[in-house]
Amino acid sequence: MQLYRAHILVCGGTGCVSSGSKAIQEALTDELVKNNLDKEVKVVETGCHGFCETGPIVIVYPEGTFYCRVSTEDVPEIIAEHLVKGRIVKRLLFKAPVTEEQVPSYKEIAFYRKQQRVALRNCGHINPDNINEYIGRDGYEALSKVLTGMTPQQVIDDMKKSGLRGRGGGGFSTGLKWQFASNSPGPKKYIICNADEGDPGAFMDRSVLEGDPHSVLEGMMIAAYAIGADEGYIYVRAEYPLAIKRLKTAIAQAEELGLLGENIMGSNFSCTLHIKEGAGAFVCGEETALMASIEGSRGMPNPRPPFPAVKGLFGKPSNINNVETYANVPIIYLHGADKFASVGTEKSKGTKVFALTGKLRNTGLAEVPMGISLREIIFDIGGGIINDKKFKAVQIGGPSGGCIPEQHLDTPVDYDSLTALGAMMGSGGLVIMDETSCMVDMARYFLDFTQKESCGKCIPCREGTKRMLEILQKICGGNGVPEDITTLETLGAVIKNTALCGLGTTAPNPVLATLRYFRDEFEAHIYDKKCPAGVCTAMLEYKIVTDNCKGCGACARVCPVGAITGEKKEPHEIDTSKCIKCGSCIEKCKFNAIVKG
Amino acid sequence: MCQCTNDAEPKTKEGLELEKVFAQYVGKKGALIPVLQKAQAIYGYLPVEVLKEISRNLQIPVSKIYGVCTFYAQFHLKPRGRNIIRVCLGTACHVRGGAKIAEAISKAVGIKDGETTEDLRYTFESVACLGCCGLAPVMMVNDETHGRLTPDMVAGLLDQYK
Repeated sequence: MQLYRAHILVCGGTGCVSSGSKAIQEALTDELVKNNLDKEVKVVETGCHGFCETGPIVIVYPEGTFYCRVSTEDVPEIIAEHLVKGRIVKRLLFKAPVTEEQVPSYKEIAFYRKQQRVALRNCGHINPDNINEYIGRDGYEALSKVLTGMTPQQVIDDMKKSGLRGRGGGGFSTGLKWQFASNSPGPKKYIICNADEGDPGAFMDRSVLEGDPHSVLEGMMIAAYAIGADEGYIYVRAEYPLAIKRLKTAIAQAEELGLLGENIMGSNFSCTLHIKEGAGAFVCGEETALMASIEGSRGMPNPRPPFPAVKGLFGKPSNINNVETYANVPIIYLHGADKFASVGTEKSKGTKVFALTGKLRNTGLAEVPMGISLREIIFDIGGGIINDKKFKAVQIGGPSGGCIPEQHLDTPVDYDSLTALGAMMGSGGLVIMDETSCMVDMARYFLDFTQKESCGKCIPCREGTKRMLEILQKICGGNGVPEDITTLETLGAVIKNTALCGLGTTAPNPVLATLRYFRDEFEAHIYDKKCPAGVCTAMLEYKIVTDNCKGCGACARVCPVGAITGEKKEPHEIDTSKCIKCGSCIEKCKFNAIVKG
Repeated sequence: MCQCTNDAEPKTKEGLELEKVFAQYVGKKGALIPVLQKAQAIYGYLPVEVLKEISRNLQIPVSKIYGVCTFYAQFHLKPRGRNIIRVCLGTACHVRGGAKIAEAISKAVGIKDGETTEDLRYTFESVACLGCCGLAPVMMVNDETHGRLTPDMVAGLLDQYK
C-alpha cells in the first residue's frame, strides 16, 4: 500500500461543487505533478463538511488546516507554501466572525467545537466512492457483529434500549417500529429508506448520502436482518443527482465484497437493495404515499391502520426509516446501546443534525447532542445574525413546524419540548429570521407551499389549506378584517384534527404558532394596515428623508417607472401614485435617505 | 402481444431506445415510474404517442398513466427547453431574497415561471428546495448549481447556456 505524507481533502458536496471545488481538485492534482509531489501527497474528494457558507473547503492533513473560499488561483500558493515549505497560507484561513481572529485548525473553529458528530461521523473525512475508506473507519463492523453474534430479537432489544427515535419528522421509536414489523407474519418483508428529503431548508439527508452512503446501507442491512426482510428500496429525490450516483457506486461496491446480496458475509442472511428515484412530490415523504409511489401509482397517502409494519409495500409488512435514522444505526451496535443512550435528554437520545440557514453568519449543517439550547445552536455554532441585526424568530421543522421567538431560545431542544412550543423537530431545518422578516409573510409562504403540495385526496387539507392561504394573502395585501384571526384559528384546528396524513395535520402549524407568538404583527397588518418589518409591499410607502438626501440622482436613474424627480443637488421626491415599490432606489441610495414604512 | 399497429413505419432511433427500456422493465413490479423517467430522458418530454406505447407494453390504461404523469412535478407533457432554469424558492432562499432572483430570471429570458421560450432555449421553473441552503439564494441551470446570487448576476450567467 502506498503511504502519503500528507492528504489534501477537497469537499465534493453539492454546496462546494457549485462554488467550484471540482476545478480546485484538478488544479491541485496538476500542481502536485508539476512539483513532483504526487507520490507524497494525495488529493481526496470527500463528502460535505457542513460548513457550506465558507466553501469551497480544502483541508490539509496531518495538520488539519482548514482553508476556506479557495479559488484555483490560490492552488499554486497552497502547494508551494504549505506542502513544500510547511508554512500555512494565512490569508485563506477561516476568520472568526466577531473577533476577526484567524483559526488555523478544523477542530478549533467555533462552528465545529460544540458539535458532536455521529450521523455525520464520516462526512468530509472519507472518500464516499471508496468502500475501503468506510471500512477503515470501522465500517460494516457493526453488521458483522449483528450477523455473527446476535438473534434478530436481540438486535431489536438493543435498538429499543438505545432510545433512538425517527429523525425524519414524527420521532417515533425506531425499536418499536422494528418490533412491529418483526411481529408481522409472512415470508416476504421489505426494508425502505425514505430519502425523499423535501422540507425546504433541510439538507442533512443529502449530505449523508453524498458523504457517507455506506453508513445508510449498513444501517438498512441491520434493520433488514432484525425484521426479516430480504429486499429493500431507497427512495431518493430525483433533484439529488449526486446522491443517486454515490449510492449506486456504494451498492455496487458492497455487492462486490459480499456485504450486500446473497449470503452476506457468508451467513444465511440475504438482502438486495434497489434505488427508486422520486418524481417530485412533497407528499411522498409521507410513508404510505412513498410506498404508493414505489408501486408506480400517484403518490397519495392511505389511512393508517393498517400500518406499513403490517401491510406496507406491495401489501407486505415493511419497515421504513429515514436516512439520518439509518446512519445512526451502526454506531449503536458498534459502541453499545447504553453508550448511545448516554447522550441526550430523558426521552430523546443521541444527537440530531440541524440545517442552519437564513440570516445567520455561519450557515451549514451542525450535529449536536439533544438537549442543547437553541441559543447555543444559533449564537455559538451559527455565529449570530448577519449585519448585526436583531434576532426575531427561528423556524423549526419546515412546513410542519413553527416559529419560535426569542423568549424561548433557552429551551433544551428535544422532540417533546419543541412540540410543546407549537413547533416540531421535523427533519431539523432551522431557518433564522431577523427583524427584517415579516412573520405574517412567513406564515403565508409556508401555507402557499403546503397548499401547492397538497395531493388533494382529503377535503380538510385540499380545501382548508386553500382557504387559509386566501385569508393570509388578503392580510398581506392590506385587506385583512378582524374576524380573519379567529377564522384562521378555527380552520387550523379543524384541519389538524381531520386531515388524512402528516402533511395535512401539520400544515396549519406555521400559522398557529405564528399567531401564538406574533399576534401583534397580524394585528398591525389588520388594524393599522402596516407591515412592521417592511416586507408586505401592498402596505408600504417609500419616502425620501429630505435631510439625508444629497440630490445625487442615483435613485431617479434606477427607478424603472420614473417616479422619482428632483433638481440636481436638491432633495428628491417620490411620486407614490407611480411608485411600484420595487425597492431598487433603497439599494442604490448611499446616504440612507430613502425609508419604507 | 399484437404489435401490428407498429409494423407500418420503421422505428425511429428514440423508438428503438424505448424498446430497450421495455425489455428491461416489462413484467417487473412498480415499473411505470422508472419507465416514464427513462422515456422522458429519451424524448425530452412525454408525447401522447409515447404514453400510448407505454400503455400497450406495460398493460396499464392510458388514463392511469396520465394520472401519474400529472401528479408528479418531474413529468412533462409538452416539449421542454434545451436549458432548464430552476430557481429555488425554498425557505432559506425566500428569506435571503429568492423572489428577486426569480424576477431577474423572468426579465432576462422573457418568460414566466413554468413557461418555455419559443426557440426552446430555456424552460423556467421554480422549485421548493435544491438542498444548498448554505449558498442561498440559489438557482440551478441543467445540472449546475449557482449560489450566493444577486439579481444583477443572473443575465450574465444565463447567457452562457446556448
